[in-house]
Amino acid sequence: MIKQNPQRKHIRDDKLPHFFCPGCGCGQVLNYFLRAVDEENINLDEMVTIGGVGCTARIPVYLKTDTLHGVHGRTLAWATGIKLHKPEIPIVIFAGDGDLASIGGNHFIHAARRNLDVTVILVNNLNFAMTGGQVAPSTPSELKTMTAPYGNKEPDFDICKLAIAAGATYVSRWTTDRPNQVIKGIKDAMKHKGFSLIEIISQCPTHFGRYALDSGNPQVLLDWIKDLTLTKTQADKLTAQEQKGKFIIGEFIKEDKPVYTGSSVYKEACQ
Amino acid sequence: MMAVYIDQEICKGCEICVHYCPKNVLEMAADVNKRGFNYSSVVRPEDCIQCKLCEKMCPDLAIYVEKE
Ligand SMILES: Cc1ncc(C[n+]2csc(CCOP(=O)(O)OP(=O)(O)O)c2C)c(N)n1
Ligand code: SF4
Ligand code: SF4
Repeated sequence: MIKQNPQRKHIRDDKLPHFFCPGCGCGQVLNYFLRAVDEENINLDEMVTIGGVGCTARIPVYLKTDTLHGVHGRTLAWATGIKLHKPEIPIVIFAGDGDLASIGGNHFIHAARRNLDVTVILVNNLNFAMTGGQVAPSTPSELKTMTAPYGNKEPDFDICKLAIAAGATYVSRWTTDRPNQVIKGIKDAMKHKGFSLIEIISQCPTHFGRYALDSGNPQVLLDWIKDLTLTKTQADKLTAQEQKGKFIIGEFIKEDKPVYTGSSVYKEACQ
Repeated sequence: MMAVYIDQEICKGCEICVHYCPKNVLEMAADVNKRGFNYSSVVRPEDCIQCKLCEKMCPDLAIYVEKE
């Protein structure tokens, strides 16, 4: 008899195999999230998870939580509404880099500024994957994508720095080939009261790998990410020029600040 | 007793488990499953140290390592 991974009790098992391509980092993030949930004994029945549009945004579709899945870039707008009405509901958002750093960029900045009490798991696969691998604000400079056949001529975003500057109170970045750190990061982000962002640099072999590295092999992409990864401690010893093009991992900020609860006028109107 | 279980019908053959296993316990099977994917299989169970790296890193939740 084949025994199954016990984490599968948290997902809509009849939906497996899921939609992600072979070796996709989105599947790994789903696995890491379930493990974090299990280790912390979190009751998924009480949680709301939200995805916009994109490959990453499909992660919540598999979870046995209350789930919203719909408009590209608007996850934080929904989360704000839920939080103002029922602040006790824990909310986890699964967003792509395109979803939050591009089309949903403004929601991202202002939810961080308000210190809205939500957890954002941002899977940064360095391109717009679902639509075929277009260049995104997170695509590293000079790399090829489907829409940048001569290499990306724009500078890329540091999403963690953006979140910190806007006012986020928990921010960390990890890579998919470090399971234990990602799992701990997700646990810390969920436990933190306030706007928590965990950015996970992830492999999209189908589109990013194919155009940027001429390979659809997930391992080639995982090794490429690993070679470019520096811990915060290693990076601190380097100049800004030397840090360019590297994925710097670690916990960047963790502080307590008042969380956004809306105005009393709103609350009275609801009663 | 064998401790590593692989649900070969949902495996998509990405080979991540084979690559990361520190003890070379897993190999890709010669056969394919009903969806046409070449799946991972346990070939040296006695060498497994139950580190669970394969189970944790599997994007498809296809692996379970039972601690004895
Ligand atoms: C308002 C709107 N604009 C554009 C699209 C088309 N669209 C679908 S998915 C996507 C990009 C997704 O990229 P990302 O958020 O990085 O997620 P990934 O697929 O890479 O995980 C886009 C532009 C859309 N669905 N809705
Ligand atoms: S297109 Fe890329 S991100 Fe989307 S499921 Fe496939 S590998 Fe994953
Ligand atoms: S538990 Fe560790 S040693 Fe055992 S098969 Fe998995 S990766 Fe290999």
